[in-house]
Amino acid sequence: MKRGLTPILIAVLISGYVFLYGPIASLVVYSFNSSKLVTVWAGFSTKWYGELMRNEKLLDAAGLSLGIAFVSATLAVALGTLAALALVRFGRFRGRLLFAGMTTAPLVMPEVITGLSLLLLFVSMEQLIGWPDGRGVVTIVIAHATFGIAYVSVVAQARLAQLDRSIEEAALDLGARPVRVFFTVTLPMIAPSLAAGWLLAFTLSLDDLVIASFVSGPGSSTLPMVVFSSARLGVNPQINALATILLLSVAAIVVLAGWLVSRRAGKAR
Amino acid sequence: MSGPRPSPAARGGRRIVVALPYAWLLLFFLAPFAIIVAISLSETRIGIPPYTPILEWVEGAGLSVNAKLGNYAFLADDPLYLNALLSSLRIAATSAILCLLVGYPIAYALARTPDRWRPQLLIAVILPLWTSFLIRVYAWMGLLKTEGPVNELLQATGLIDQPLALLHTPFAVYVGIVYSYLPFMILPLFAALERQDPALLEAAHDLGARPVRAFLTVTLPLSLPGIFAGLLLVFIPAVGEFVIPDLLGGPETLMLGKVLWIEFFNNRDWPLAASVAVAMLVLLVAPLAWLENIRVKRAEGGA
Repeated sequence: MKRGLTPILIAVLISGYVFLYGPIASLVVYSFNSSKLVTVWAGFSTKWYGELMRNEKLLDAAGLSLGIAFVSATLAVALGTLAALALVRFGRFRGRLLFAGMTTAPLVMPEVITGLSLLLLFVSMEQLIGWPDGRGVVTIVIAHATFGIAYVSVVAQARLAQLDRSIEEAALDLGARPVRVFFTVTLPMIAPSLAAGWLLAFTLSLDDLVIASFVSGPGSSTLPMVVFSSARLGVNPQINALATILLLSVAAIVVLAGWLVSRRAGKAR
Repeated sequence: MSGPRPSPAARGGRRIVVALPYAWLLLFFLAPFAIIVAISLSETRIGIPPYTPILEWVEGAGLSVNAKLGNYAFLADDPLYLNALLSSLRIAATSAILCLLVGYPIAYALARTPDRWRPQLLIAVILPLWTSFLIRVYAWMGLLKTEGPVNELLQATGLIDQPLALLHTPFAVYVGIVYSYLPFMILPLFAALERQDPALLEAAHDLGARPVRAFLTVTLPLSLPGIFAGLLLVFIPAVGEFVIPDLLGGPETLMLGKVLWIEFFNNRDWPLAASVAVAMLVLLVAPLAWLENIRVKRAEGGA
């Protein structure tokens, strides 16, 4: 496509980004509003941050969610990398079509279906073999790892497909075993995309409301579940304060990742 | 993709590499679908679990199968479910088209952005996806409130005298879906527009086509794969959407995702919820297959 922006296209871009970021900015602005009505301005205040810090239920849920996200993202990277390796490197194998389908379908499957079907699986398994014993953290981790695999494998497949294979072949020619080649040559080369996949799986796990609601049990309410039940009752300035903190964390990670990438690029030059 | 013939040890290693994720996905992704179909054929009861067993070992008679189609008959009979299904399809299709109308100009402008700015602007399209979906939907609750900023703005510009009821209406649901899924529309459109050969437009121009005609006969048809991919990426998840109709919608915006949620959590009718899920899956098989087809074609064409 030909490059070059006309004033109309610039206006389109500006209004597009205002639409994408305006609502997010409004969350931050109103988190400093002293009024409980959220969108009626009554002066600057940080009191909602204070109340947030004293909200035990929310803090507990946040801790639980962070733990679940960490474990499920790590599991997803391990299994998703293997899946990507199989799909990109192994050519044809029996059941490849089904395998490829199973690694992409979770990306678009409506969450209510995934959530309900996993719950019914866990209940049936418990009846048959007595495991998992009730529902809670373990079942949420399994559910989150399952959709995380799909995201990690997409990211890792893209990287693996564009990798220069001559380096790995050189290592193989020099007598290194395939496992060793993977850990010393392939893995370091795909590491940035695996880090991106881990972050993606972590973020999605931290954000998931629907699937977690189905597969969680009593006493294991995740952060989105607590936020959702509060949002259902109407706007609440504490949620705005929480949203602001989450946004700042994401922004910090993005800036850090950008800095790391540019430093790497600088070194490569 | 064929290297040297792998040694037996390497073949064993390969088997493990495939088997681990394969087994995981079979157990936790595919098997649940078989179970959901099975339980949609059972009946609700009070107890743990709250449904009758499908397979039962009856003394003296052997294995007996208790599959009933009652749930599906109930779904077909009660107009509530048919309405929810039709309104899900309508809302999802309308929002997908609205998303296209909003997203196409943005994707077009992005494709024409000079290289120097493009990576940053593209990241800025993806970035909202990294922030919480729930929080982004929640943001619209505040914006669309009766005393919220959107109403204030409309009143300040003199377009309306009295604040409008915006929240808990179909309008709010459309805004929510378009807003939340816009990046999924922009990205495939951008990919389709960006790789078009500029020589084609020049040729159209040299042959005397005006810009509008050149756009309609060259650019637009060539971006059709991106349009279809974007529409499906919005339509498929929107059909089962729960959070947006629940937080932003009202009683008249009944969607399948919400019906399933209510049957499961409020009415505790697991078999009926399962049959709603199966109905939704049947509905989505064709669009899912179409999307996969586009993806495969693109992978083959791009490689």
